[in-house]
Amino acid sequence: MALLETKNLGITFGGLRAVGEFEISIEKNELVGLIGPNGAGKTTIFNLLTGVYVPTEGDILLNGESIVGLKPYQIVKKGLTRTFQNIRLFKDMTVLDNVKIAFHHKMQYGVPNAIFRFPGTRFWKEEKEIDEKARELLALFKMEGSCNSLAKNLPYGEQRKLEIARGLAADPKLLLLDEPAAGMNPQETRELMENIHFIRNNFDVSILLIEHDMHLVMGICERIIVIDYGMVIAKGLPDEIKANKKVIGAYLGN
Amino acid sequence: MKKWQEYGTTLIGIILLYIFLIVLMAVGLVNGYHQGVLVLIGINVIAATSLNLATGYLGQLALGHAGFMAIGAYTAALFMQMIKVINLPVDIALVAALIVGGLMAAFFGVIIGIPALRLRGDYLGIVTLGFGEIIKNAIFNLDFTGGARGYRGYLGSINLTKMYIIVAIVLTVLFLLIRSRHGRAMISIKEDEIAAEAVGVPTTFYKIFGFATSAFFAGIAGGTLAFYQKMIDPKKFTFMYSVEIFIIVVLGGMGSITGTVVAAVILGVLNEFLHVIDQWRLVIYSILLVIMMIFRPEGLMGSKEFSFVGLVKWLLKKMNKSSVGDDKDSASLEVK
Amino acid sequence: MNVFVQQVINGIHVGSIYALIALGYTMVYGIVRLINFAHGDILMMGAYFGLFSITIFNLPFGAAIIVAMLVCAVFGMLIDIIAYKPLRNAPRISALITALGVSLFLENLFRVLFGAEPKKMPNVSSLQGHISIGVIKISYVTVLTVLLSIIFMVGLQFIVKKTKIGKAMRSVSEDKEAARLMGVNVNKTISITFALGSALGALGGVLYSVAYYQVEPYMGMMPGLKAFVAAVLGGIGIIPGAMLGGFVMGLVESLSIGYISQSWSNAIVFGILILVLLFKPAGILGKNVREKV
Repeated sequence: MALLETKNLGITFGGLRAVGEFEISIEKNELVGLIGPNGAGKTTIFNLLTGVYVPTEGDILLNGESIVGLKPYQIVKKGLTRTFQNIRLFKDMTVLDNVKIAFHHKMQYGVPNAIFRFPGTRFWKEEKEIDEKARELLALFKMEGSCNSLAKNLPYGEQRKLEIARGLAADPKLLLLDEPAAGMNPQETRELMENIHFIRNNFDVSILLIEHDMHLVMGICERIIVIDYGMVIAKGLPDEIKANKKVIGAYLGN
Repeated sequence: MKKWQEYGTTLIGIILLYIFLIVLMAVGLVNGYHQGVLVLIGINVIAATSLNLATGYLGQLALGHAGFMAIGAYTAALFMQMIKVINLPVDIALVAALIVGGLMAAFFGVIIGIPALRLRGDYLGIVTLGFGEIIKNAIFNLDFTGGARGYRGYLGSINLTKMYIIVAIVLTVLFLLIRSRHGRAMISIKEDEIAAEAVGVPTTFYKIFGFATSAFFAGIAGGTLAFYQKMIDPKKFTFMYSVEIFIIVVLGGMGSITGTVVAAVILGVLNEFLHVIDQWRLVIYSILLVIMMIFRPEGLMGSKEFSFVGLVKWLLKKMNKSSVGDDKDSASLEVK
Repeated sequence: MNVFVQQVINGIHVGSIYALIALGYTMVYGIVRLINFAHGDILMMGAYFGLFSITIFNLPFGAAIIVAMLVCAVFGMLIDIIAYKPLRNAPRISALITALGVSLFLENLFRVLFGAEPKKMPNVSSLQGHISIGVIKISYVTVLTVLLSIIFMVGLQFIVKKTKIGKAMRSVSEDKEAARLMGVNVNKTISITFALGSALGALGGVLYSVAYYQVEPYMGMMPGLKAFVAAVLGGIGIIPGAMLGGFVMGLVESLSIGYISQSWSNAIVFGILILVLLFKPAGILGKNVREKV
């Protein structure tokens, strides 16, 4: 069974069909790229998958279970997280707290326990555990040095990295990356590619990424899906996509 | 320092501060009148810190806080009247009444919060403002509130010691709440609601929870006010009063509990000094507010907190360093 | 039926004043995204200046209105330049608090200068009397108020839609940066917006004080709040919306006074505001804008 499967997925905004008949299937530990010209509906697809928009047609199955109609935070619990095209960090919180937030849905202790912190209660156990986990995760990304700096004070590339780390902290089975290389210089993009590889090799997670940097997409994705005007126009291996006439047409406006 | 040592230090700090107050009273530096002023400051501290939870931490603009205070005040007063027959010790009755008042305010917080919190920013501000006006209007028109003449009945009493204990408890609870996963969730909503939802925070729940908690403590502040003044004057709970509380929050720093305390104390004391030129008091006050916004919009403390633990650490460091003869660190403020 | 018609006439009367004041709120909000809480106090100042023009300088009523409007236009610009301009790029909440501060300042300054006790607006002799249509009576004050409001609202609409400065105002409210790059003098445009809004507010203030015969430092608060509610009701930032909202507000208020209860009318007015915002958060004429993810 595929990890993620969409069936005839579509959404219409006031008569305009932004996405239609979108079918995708992602297996465990796959790294898939989603490309297409500007305005093709890539981010809309992400918004559908993560519950920001409710589809007007079709179904989304995560591990064989429909997630249509669930709230975004419920979908996170089911194992699907994302990053955003325009980085959305908690800017005035520390790097460490940014990561800790993502553990929220894994924690149990209630409000009374937060106020009455008797020794040995869940509060202490859980807070200690996530503190360690968050630091570990940041260390994996070589960010342990900036645990206590505010997220907004990080350099741009680091902010992108932190957002990915935060997404991973929620312990997803599928991670959606929305243009992770946007605004990066070639050096930063190279590091990002290494990081994505690193995530693939060290976490039990599939990745679906939107990207305009063809070098990056062709370099790391195992499979690529191309959409235009909200419809899939091609699917296949990077080399097949490179040679596909429809794809070239879509990008050159043919 | 270990966690329990930090909590201990804070507790000792709170007790020392109280002893300091007692000493000031004993030597006559703080007379009866001053005590009254301090109690009123205490009420403003509770009201403003509770508003800070909604506005500074949760990021929801609320301009009807006086409405929740009014609900708390009347509920507490009526409850006190009701339980008079069972002859509870007065202080237990008082605590129970305050909590019931707070719960009623929280209940209204949920009722208004469920629909209103779907709105953002200014719009939420307007809805809460409208809510405050409706409450005021209702109080003036209903029978059991005593209408415009105000409510008079059997009410407990609040002195400076009780006030100090209530303030200490409220602040402690707020601190513990904010520095838990629940507080983090609320702050993440202020920072970026969409991102919060996208990493697994049930934002709707926390918005309503935060708003209701804020209303709960506002209700307690209202109840305390009723018990201290031994009557309830409905003219107190106007839009202007909501604004006054809001100003304390902004002046102290949104997202700083101790900043709110400092601002409430400064404004309370300043008000006393400006009484001499009573007429010009509010004029000066408003000019200060505008100047403050232009030159220091983040408030006195920003989102920093004063802590006894920070103070002790700083003192220890200073003692160590003074033997070496080097001393650069001069802040006992701790970034949360 | 007569009661109904009379209440509708009252509603249109008050509503046209709310509409005039609401225009100031909506224009300022449209252009700088600020709830200008001090606008209600511009109304109060307008009433004072109108009163002084009549009682101290013995000006005729028409001239008093013009004086009040001009003086308030200048004050509106000054408030913007002194208090709001330094905060143009600050978080919106700082500007909001500044607006509250300015409001407090004006109210208390006027209280210190002219006393807290209400002053009586003299009867304007030319406005005594009424038109009778059957049993329905419409006072000259009502006729004048509604007429003036409509004339100025049409005038404002003309300025915004047809003139160069109107185009500048629309472009600044759309995108300040783009407008600057296209050579629009943004600060001047904002100043003019404040001046226009304040002049209309002052007109509203004079008309309000004529209708209720009194002038006092806190008189701007309630009508200010209600006019603001009217602006939100119609869809804030939208000029026809403010007019519509003003009339709706006036009608709701006077009908609830007539048929439900005088003392509950404020609660009803704010209750309706809350309901409208819940079901149509952008107001009657507003469009919902969703945050882009």
